[in-house]
Amino acid sequence: MKAILGKKIGMTQVFDPTGNAVPVTVLEVGPCPVIQRKTEEKDGYKAVQLGYEEIGEARAKKVINGPRRGQFKKHGKPVFRYLKEVRVDNLEAFGDEVTVNIFDGITKVDVIGTSKGKGFQGTMKRHNFGGGPRTHGSKVHRRPASTGTTQMGSLPGMRKPGQMGNARVTALGLTVVRLDAERNLLLVKGSVPGPNGRLITVRESGRK
Amino acid sequence: MQIIQTLEAEQMKKELPEFGPGDTVRAWLKVVEGGKERLQAFEGVCITRNRRGGLRETITLRKISHGVGVERTVLIHSPRVDKLEVVRRGIVRRARLFYLRDKVGKDARVKERRN
Repeated sequence: MKAILGKKIGMTQVFDPTGNAVPVTVLEVGPCPVIQRKTEEKDGYKAVQLGYEEIGEARAKKVINGPRRGQFKKHGKPVFRYLKEVRVDNLEAFGDEVTVNIFDGITKVDVIGTSKGKGFQGTMKRHNFGGGPRTHGSKVHRRPASTGTTQMGSLPGMRKPGQMGNARVTALGLTVVRLDAERNLLLVKGSVPGPNGRLITVRESGRK
Repeated sequence: MQIIQTLEAEQMKKELPEFGPGDTVRAWLKVVEGGKERLQAFEGVCITRNRRGGLRETITLRKISHGVGVERTVLIHSPRVDKLEVVRRGIVRRARLFYLRDKVGKDARVKERRN
Protein backbone atom coordinates (compact mmCIF):
# COMPACT_ATOMS: atom_id res chain seq x y z
CA MET A 1 0.00 0.00 0.00
CA LYS A 2 1.42 3.31 -1.06
CA ALA A 3 0.49 6.34 0.98
CA ILE A 4 1.63 9.89 1.53
CA LEU A 5 0.57 13.00 3.42
CA GLY A 6 -0.36 16.28 1.83
CA LYS A 7 -2.53 19.29 1.81
CA LYS A 8 -5.62 20.24 -0.17
CA ILE A 9 -4.86 23.36 -2.15
CA GLY A 10 -8.13 23.95 -3.94
CA MET A 11 -10.11 23.24 -7.06
CA THR A 12 -9.77 24.38 -10.64
CA GLN A 13 -10.10 22.84 -14.06
CA VAL A 14 -7.67 21.50 -16.63
CA PHE A 15 -8.14 20.59 -20.26
CA ASP A 16 -7.66 17.01 -21.40
CA PRO A 17 -6.08 16.17 -24.79
CA THR A 18 -9.46 16.34 -26.53
CA GLY A 19 -10.09 19.78 -25.10
CA ASN A 20 -12.66 18.85 -22.49
CA ALA A 21 -12.50 20.76 -19.23
CA VAL A 22 -11.94 18.36 -16.33
CA PRO A 23 -12.75 19.47 -12.75
CA VAL A 24 -9.75 18.77 -10.54
CA THR A 25 -8.63 19.18 -6.96
CA VAL A 26 -5.04 20.27 -6.57
CA LEU A 27 -3.19 18.46 -3.80
CA GLU A 28 0.25 19.32 -2.57
CA VAL A 29 1.77 16.05 -1.36
CA GLY A 30 5.06 15.38 0.28
CA PRO A 31 7.91 15.21 0.45
CA CYS A 32 7.38 13.17 3.58
CA PRO A 33 10.34 11.73 5.47
CA VAL A 34 9.88 8.37 7.13
CA ILE A 35 10.27 9.11 10.82
CA GLN A 36 9.73 5.66 12.25
CA ARG A 37 9.07 2.13 11.05
CA LYS A 38 6.86 -0.32 12.85
CA THR A 39 7.89 -3.86 12.26
CA GLU A 40 6.18 -7.19 12.64
CA GLU A 41 8.83 -8.44 15.07
CA LYS A 42 8.89 -5.45 17.34
CA ASP A 43 5.44 -3.95 17.12
CA GLY A 44 3.32 -6.77 15.80
CA TYR A 45 2.28 -4.93 12.64
CA LYS A 46 3.84 -3.09 9.75
CA ALA A 47 3.53 0.64 9.36
CA VAL A 48 5.51 3.78 8.68
CA GLN A 49 5.23 7.12 10.40
CA LEU A 50 5.38 10.00 7.97
CA GLY A 51 6.12 13.63 8.70
CA TYR A 52 4.86 16.51 6.66
CA GLU A 53 5.61 20.22 6.57
CA GLU A 54 8.90 20.95 8.25
CA ILE A 55 8.89 23.80 10.73
CA GLY A 56 11.77 25.76 12.17
CA GLU A 57 12.98 25.19 15.71
CA ALA A 58 11.69 28.43 17.18
CA ARG A 59 8.25 27.94 15.69
CA ALA A 60 8.21 24.26 16.61
CA LYS A 61 8.59 25.12 20.28
CA LYS A 62 5.36 27.04 20.09
CA VAL A 63 3.17 24.76 18.05
CA ILE A 64 4.43 21.25 18.77
CA ASN A 65 4.48 19.93 22.31
CA GLY A 66 7.56 18.58 24.02
CA PRO A 67 6.92 14.81 23.82
CA ARG A 68 6.18 15.07 20.11
CA ARG A 69 9.33 17.09 19.50
CA GLY A 70 11.27 14.46 21.41
CA GLN A 71 9.99 11.81 19.03
CA PHE A 72 11.50 13.63 16.09
CA LYS A 73 14.73 14.21 18.00
CA LYS A 74 15.04 10.54 18.84
CA HIS A 75 15.14 9.69 15.16
CA GLY A 76 17.44 12.58 14.36
CA LYS A 77 14.95 14.43 12.20
CA PRO A 78 13.83 18.06 12.17
CA VAL A 79 10.39 18.80 13.57
CA PHE A 80 7.38 18.47 11.28
CA ARG A 81 3.95 19.95 11.80
CA TYR A 82 2.16 16.71 11.04
CA LEU A 83 3.05 13.17 11.99
CA LYS A 84 0.88 10.31 10.88
CA GLU A 85 1.16 6.57 10.77
CA VAL A 86 0.06 4.58 7.77
CA ARG A 87 -0.23 0.80 7.53
CA VAL A 88 1.86 -0.74 4.80
CA ASP A 89 2.39 -4.29 3.63
CA ASN A 90 5.91 -3.84 2.32
CA LEU A 91 8.31 -1.85 4.44
CA GLU A 92 11.15 -2.16 1.93
CA ALA A 93 9.19 -0.08 -0.56
CA PHE A 94 9.70 2.94 1.66
CA GLY A 95 13.06 4.67 1.64
CA ASP A 96 14.03 7.63 3.74
CA GLU A 97 11.62 9.93 2.05
CA VAL A 98 8.32 9.57 0.24
CA THR A 99 7.47 11.89 -2.65
CA VAL A 100 4.68 12.18 -5.21
CA ASN A 101 6.67 9.89 -7.45
CA ILE A 102 5.34 6.84 -5.62
CA PHE A 103 2.11 7.42 -7.55
CA ASP A 104 3.90 7.35 -10.88
CA GLY A 105 1.89 5.09 -13.14
CA ILE A 106 -1.00 4.78 -10.72
CA THR A 107 -4.38 5.84 -12.09
CA LYS A 108 -6.65 5.69 -9.07
CA VAL A 109 -6.12 6.99 -5.55
CA ASP A 110 -8.16 7.36 -2.36
CA VAL A 111 -8.02 10.61 -0.47
CA ILE A 112 -8.66 10.58 3.28
CA GLY A 113 -9.46 13.84 5.01
CA THR A 114 -11.56 15.53 7.64
CA SER A 115 -14.75 17.02 6.26
CA LYS A 116 -15.79 20.61 6.85
CA GLY A 117 -17.55 20.98 10.19
CA LYS A 118 -21.21 21.93 9.93
CA GLY A 119 -21.90 22.12 13.67
CA PHE A 120 -25.00 20.71 15.34
CA GLN A 121 -27.53 20.10 12.60
CA GLY A 122 -31.09 18.86 12.42
CA THR A 123 -32.27 15.72 10.69
CA MET A 124 -33.26 17.47 7.46
CA LYS A 125 -29.75 18.65 6.73
CA ARG A 126 -27.91 15.81 8.42
CA HIS A 127 -29.89 12.80 7.23
CA ASN A 128 -31.99 14.20 4.38
CA PHE A 129 -35.27 13.76 6.26
CA GLY A 130 -38.32 15.20 4.57
CA GLY A 131 -39.65 17.26 7.45
CA GLY A 132 -43.31 17.88 8.13
CA PRO A 133 -45.89 20.07 6.39
CA ARG A 134 -45.06 23.77 6.54
CA THR A 135 -48.66 24.98 6.90
CA HIS A 136 -52.20 23.72 7.61
CA GLY A 137 -51.71 23.92 11.36
CA SER A 138 -48.67 21.68 11.33
CA LYS A 139 -46.29 21.87 14.26
CA VAL A 140 -43.65 19.50 12.92
CA HIS A 141 -41.95 21.76 10.37
CA ARG A 142 -38.36 20.57 10.55
CA ARG A 143 -38.68 18.10 13.38
CA PRO A 144 -37.64 14.46 13.13
CA ALA A 145 -41.17 13.33 14.14
CA SER A 146 -41.63 9.82 15.49
CA THR A 147 -38.58 7.81 16.47
CA GLY A 148 -40.47 4.57 16.97
CA THR A 149 -40.90 2.49 20.11
CA THR A 150 -42.23 3.81 23.41
CA GLN A 151 -40.94 0.97 25.56
CA MET A 152 -37.23 1.56 25.67
CA GLY A 153 -36.56 5.07 24.47
CA SER A 154 -35.32 5.28 20.90
CA LEU A 155 -33.36 2.43 19.42
CA PRO A 156 -29.59 2.60 18.99
CA GLY A 157 -28.58 3.86 15.58
CA MET A 158 -31.71 5.98 15.19
CA ARG A 159 -30.82 8.97 13.04
CA LYS A 160 -31.17 12.14 15.03
CA PRO A 161 -29.88 15.72 15.14
CA GLY A 162 -26.24 16.12 16.12
CA GLN A 163 -22.77 17.10 15.04
CA MET A 164 -22.39 17.04 11.29
CA GLY A 165 -19.10 17.12 9.44
CA ASN A 166 -15.63 17.44 10.97
CA ALA A 167 -15.33 13.68 10.66
CA ARG A 168 -12.99 11.41 8.77
CA VAL A 169 -14.15 10.94 5.19
CA THR A 170 -12.53 8.89 2.45
CA ALA A 171 -13.04 9.77 -1.19
CA LEU A 172 -12.57 6.49 -3.03
CA GLY A 173 -11.23 5.82 -6.47
CA LEU A 174 -10.33 9.28 -7.70
CA THR A 175 -8.62 9.43 -11.07
CA VAL A 176 -5.14 10.92 -11.13
CA VAL A 177 -5.19 13.57 -13.83
CA ARG A 178 -1.66 14.86 -13.51
CA LEU A 179 1.43 14.30 -11.42
CA ASP A 180 3.87 17.15 -11.09
CA ALA A 181 7.02 15.91 -9.40
CA GLU A 182 8.76 19.25 -9.64
CA ARG A 183 6.19 21.07 -7.57
CA ASN A 184 5.03 18.05 -5.55
CA LEU A 185 1.53 18.36 -6.95
CA LEU A 186 -1.09 15.76 -7.60
CA LEU A 187 -4.22 16.63 -9.54
CA VAL A 188 -7.17 14.35 -8.99
CA LYS A 189 -10.52 14.44 -10.72
CA GLY A 190 -13.43 15.55 -8.59
CA SER A 191 -13.71 16.82 -5.06
CA VAL A 192 -11.90 15.91 -1.88
CA PRO A 193 -13.23 16.20 1.69
CA GLY A 194 -12.37 19.23 3.82
CA PRO A 195 -11.51 22.88 3.35
CA ASN A 196 -8.52 24.16 1.44
CA GLY A 197 -5.28 23.88 3.37
CA ARG A 198 -6.27 20.90 5.49
CA LEU A 199 -4.11 17.83 5.91
CA ILE A 200 -5.04 14.85 3.76
CA THR A 201 -3.71 11.37 3.26
CA VAL A 202 -3.46 10.00 -0.25
CA ARG A 203 -3.16 6.29 -0.84
CA GLU A 204 -3.23 3.96 -3.77
CA SER A 205 -6.77 2.87 -4.43
CA GLY A 206 -7.98 -0.68 -4.49
CA ARG A 207 -10.56 0.36 -7.05
CA LYS A 208 -9.99 0.10 -10.73
CA MET B 1 0.85 29.96 -2.20
CA GLN B 2 -0.13 30.89 -5.69
CA ILE B 3 -0.30 27.30 -6.85
CA ILE B 4 -3.76 27.44 -8.41
CA GLN B 5 -3.02 30.73 -10.11
CA THR B 6 0.21 29.37 -11.59
CA LEU B 7 -1.50 26.23 -12.81
CA GLU B 8 -4.22 28.25 -14.45
CA ALA B 9 -1.83 30.72 -15.99
CA GLU B 10 -0.05 27.87 -17.73
CA GLN B 11 -3.18 26.93 -19.59
CA MET B 12 -4.43 30.39 -20.38
CA LYS B 13 -4.17 31.90 -23.83
CA LYS B 14 -1.67 34.65 -24.00
CA GLU B 15 -2.97 36.44 -27.03
CA LEU B 16 -6.58 37.33 -26.78
CA PRO B 17 -8.09 40.43 -28.36
CA GLU B 18 -9.34 43.06 -26.02
CA PHE B 19 -13.10 43.26 -25.99
CA GLY B 20 -16.02 43.69 -23.68
CA PRO B 21 -19.79 43.71 -23.54
CA GLY B 22 -21.40 45.32 -26.56
CA ASP B 23 -18.69 44.25 -28.96
CA THR B 24 -19.54 41.84 -31.76
CA VAL B 25 -17.21 38.87 -31.60
CA ARG B 26 -16.62 36.00 -33.99
CA ALA B 27 -15.56 32.83 -32.24
CA TRP B 28 -13.96 30.07 -34.26
CA LEU B 29 -14.89 26.83 -32.58
CA LYS B 30 -13.47 23.42 -33.30
CA VAL B 31 -16.25 20.94 -33.95
CA VAL B 32 -15.86 17.24 -34.52
CA GLU B 33 -18.23 16.02 -37.18
CA GLY B 34 -18.15 12.51 -38.61
CA GLY B 35 -14.71 11.87 -37.20
CA LYS B 36 -13.33 14.99 -38.81
CA GLU B 37 -12.49 18.25 -37.14
CA ARG B 38 -13.40 21.55 -38.70
CA LEU B 39 -13.80 25.15 -37.66
CA GLN B 40 -17.18 26.71 -37.17
CA ALA B 41 -17.73 30.39 -36.61
CA PHE B 42 -20.25 31.83 -34.22
CA GLU B 43 -20.66 35.54 -34.49
CA GLY B 44 -22.71 37.52 -32.02
CA VAL B 45 -22.87 40.41 -29.62
CA CYS B 46 -20.99 39.79 -26.41
CA ILE B 47 -23.67 40.34 -23.77
CA THR B 48 -21.58 39.47 -20.74
CA ARG B 49 -18.09 38.58 -19.77
CA ASN B 50 -18.14 36.24 -16.84
CA ARG B 51 -14.88 36.75 -15.02
CA ARG B 52 -15.06 33.70 -12.82
CA GLY B 53 -11.38 34.20 -12.52
CA GLY B 54 -8.49 33.29 -14.76
CA LEU B 55 -8.94 30.14 -16.70
CA ARG B 56 -12.64 29.75 -16.14
CA GLU B 57 -13.62 32.99 -17.79
CA THR B 58 -16.52 32.73 -20.22
CA ILE B 59 -18.34 35.08 -22.55
CA THR B 60 -21.91 34.88 -23.78
CA LEU B 61 -22.52 35.68 -27.42
CA ARG B 62 -26.00 36.44 -28.69
CA LYS B 63 -27.19 36.56 -32.24
CA ILE B 64 -30.48 36.40 -34.09
CA SER B 65 -30.50 33.37 -36.32
CA HIS B 66 -33.47 32.95 -38.71
CA GLY B 67 -35.53 35.15 -36.44
CA VAL B 68 -34.69 33.18 -33.33
CA GLY B 69 -32.41 34.49 -30.62
CA VAL B 70 -29.45 32.17 -30.05
CA GLU B 71 -26.97 32.46 -27.22
CA ARG B 72 -23.75 30.57 -26.83
CA THR B 73 -21.44 30.54 -23.86
CA VAL B 74 -17.81 30.36 -24.88
CA LEU B 75 -15.09 29.20 -22.51
CA ILE B 76 -12.52 31.53 -23.95
CA HIS B 77 -9.38 29.76 -22.76
CA SER B 78 -10.53 26.35 -24.00
CA PRO B 79 -8.36 24.68 -26.63
CA ARG B 80 -11.59 23.98 -28.51
CA VAL B 81 -11.84 27.69 -29.20
CA ASP B 82 -9.41 28.33 -32.01
CA LYS B 83 -9.60 32.07 -32.31
CA LEU B 84 -11.62 35.08 -31.25
CA GLU B 85 -12.05 38.07 -33.55
CA VAL B 86 -13.58 41.39 -32.74
CA VAL B 87 -15.86 42.31 -35.63
CA ARG B 88 -17.39 45.49 -34.34
CA ARG B 89 -17.08 47.70 -31.29
CA GLY B 90 -20.23 48.83 -29.55
CA ILE B 91 -21.24 51.62 -27.22
CA VAL B 92 -22.97 50.32 -24.14
CA ARG B 93 -23.52 51.69 -20.67
CA ARG B 94 -23.64 48.52 -18.65
CA ALA B 95 -21.68 45.33 -18.17
CA ARG B 96 -24.53 42.85 -18.64
CA LEU B 97 -26.65 43.36 -21.73
CA PHE B 98 -29.46 41.03 -20.73
CA TYR B 99 -32.00 43.66 -21.73
CA LEU B 100 -31.29 42.73 -25.35
CA ARG B 101 -33.21 39.49 -24.77
CA ASP B 102 -36.44 41.40 -24.41
CA LYS B 103 -35.86 43.53 -27.49
CA VAL B 104 -36.77 42.66 -31.05
CA GLY B 105 -35.79 44.11 -34.40
CA LYS B 106 -34.32 47.58 -34.43
CA ASP B 107 -34.37 47.89 -30.62
CA ALA B 108 -32.07 44.93 -30.26
CA ARG B 109 -29.12 46.70 -31.83
CA VAL B 110 -26.03 48.07 -30.17
CA LYS B 111 -24.71 51.40 -31.38
CA GLU B 112 -21.32 51.19 -33.05
CA ARG B 113 -18.29 52.91 -31.63
CA ARG B 114 -16.12 54.59 -34.23
CA ASN B 115 -12.73 56.09 -33.57
